[in-house]
Amino acid sequence: MYMDSARDVPSGGFNFDNCRRNAALLQGGFKPPTTTKTGTTIVGIIYKDGVILGADTRATEGPIVSDKNCAKIHYLADNIYCCGAGTAADTETTTDLISSQLELHRLNTERQVPVVCANNMLKQMLFRYQGHISAALVLGGVDKYGPHIYCIHPHGSADKLPYATMGSGSLAAMAVFESRWKPDLSEEEGKVLVRDAIASGIFNDLGSGSNVDLCVIRKDSTEYLRNYELANKKGERQLNYSFKKGSTPILHTTIKDLQITERVHVVPMEIS
Amino acid sequence: MGPDYDFTDTPVSTGTTIMAVEFDGGVVIGADSRTSSGAYVANRVTDKLTQISDKIYCCRSGSAADTQAIADIVAYSLNYHRNQTNKEPLVWEAASEFRNYCYNYRDSLLAGIIVAGWDEERGGQVYSVPLGGMLTHEACTIGGSGSSFIYGFVREHYREGMPKEECVDFVKKAVQHAIFHDGSSGGVVRIGIITKDGIERRLFYNTESGESTIVGSESFVN
Repeated sequence: MYMDSARDVPSGGFNFDNCRRNAALLQGGFKPPTTTKTGTTIVGIIYKDGVILGADTRATEGPIVSDKNCAKIHYLADNIYCCGAGTAADTETTTDLISSQLELHRLNTERQVPVVCANNMLKQMLFRYQGHISAALVLGGVDKYGPHIYCIHPHGSADKLPYATMGSGSLAAMAVFESRWKPDLSEEEGKVLVRDAIASGIFNDLGSGSNVDLCVIRKDSTEYLRNYELANKKGERQLNYSFKKGSTPILHTTIKDLQITERVHVVPMEIS
Repeated sequence: MGPDYDFTDTPVSTGTTIMAVEFDGGVVIGADSRTSSGAYVANRVTDKLTQISDKIYCCRSGSAADTQAIADIVAYSLNYHRNQTNKEPLVWEAASEFRNYCYNYRDSLLAGIIVAGWDEERGGQVYSVPLGGMLTHEACTIGGSGSSFIYGFVREHYREGMPKEECVDFVKKAVQHAIFHDGSSGGVVRIGIITKDGIERRLFYNTESGESTIVGSESFVN
């Protein structure tokens, strides 16, 4: 009896119970529902006093924009943030899981967790799932060893870089960095560069759009600039475009009487 | 919808040129610096010469994720054994560990690794662990997609018992040739010289002058 109830407790994390069933359905010609993929532009750079992360805010489901203002810069720890591209559910779940493990690690060690630690946890998890978790990440943070940017691919490989881009808009954004990034940028120069890289993704890549999010991480402070710039403001309507009454001529009019009948059934009340 | 290029489904692999040569007193290892994801260069300043212990390094080719994961596991395991036994790990032990993983998981891995280093017992050694998980000891070996272009060069110019600087020059020239002919190799030439004193790293730009084209870029290429 006691064992029976314990068995029903749902376990956290990913669930693969339906994999075989879904494969069989697919074989039978079933069209599966599409996942919300964030055709994305995400970037990160190292500047003089820390790192700056940037992201656009468009989420798509196939050709449909499913969220015009979503947040793609995820919290991992006070000194570490992470931009996510790929399947929205995967980036969200993965960063949440690692964020929780990092907090427990901080409590255990009584130290600020280093950025390499987050990198190792993320790449080891993604490698374990052999690319089935579609999360392409730009990890950024500052610790006692200095500022760090890591670029983590869905199969679990990671690159340590001074500037990184990811997502479908990565080519547009990388073009901006390759021409203008240099070591020891000031914070203002850095913010402008990251804004320009994201804007380049927003305007030149179909999968990216809407606004610019930034996150500046310094040695001992973090500034999350949600909607740093509204790159795509909707224009104000100048005139009233609705038709005036009587614009459409009435050709003929017919009036019909409707007969309404109502029937009431009396049901005797049940008495026990 | 959008470009049909879906980055999430393209595995990242090191279309690579890697190389290692033994000389009296140590080994010279070399690699290009390109990591590609389909047609896109995911990283142009990659370091494919990965540290396993103080005086043992590996050159990685194949899937970036697979080779990084194996290198991390082997590095951890050798470090653990060093702490337990108070002895520096042998190059052969590292190579053997790489072989075990590459062989046991040969169906799910895409990894061609060269293990090279120096130890007290046998000096400088080079081992090759190619795709199926075989382990061989070689005095000079090449690997990765770019290697097929330089078999002729290596066969023609390798001689036994070359001194250190001659080996460095040989490795540098070979990798430069491979970069020239192979589309998935590129960037800079990274070289490591491992002797009893540890590693000395060198970097060669593929420019006319041999200098970097970007001012102040050494800080991140190194």
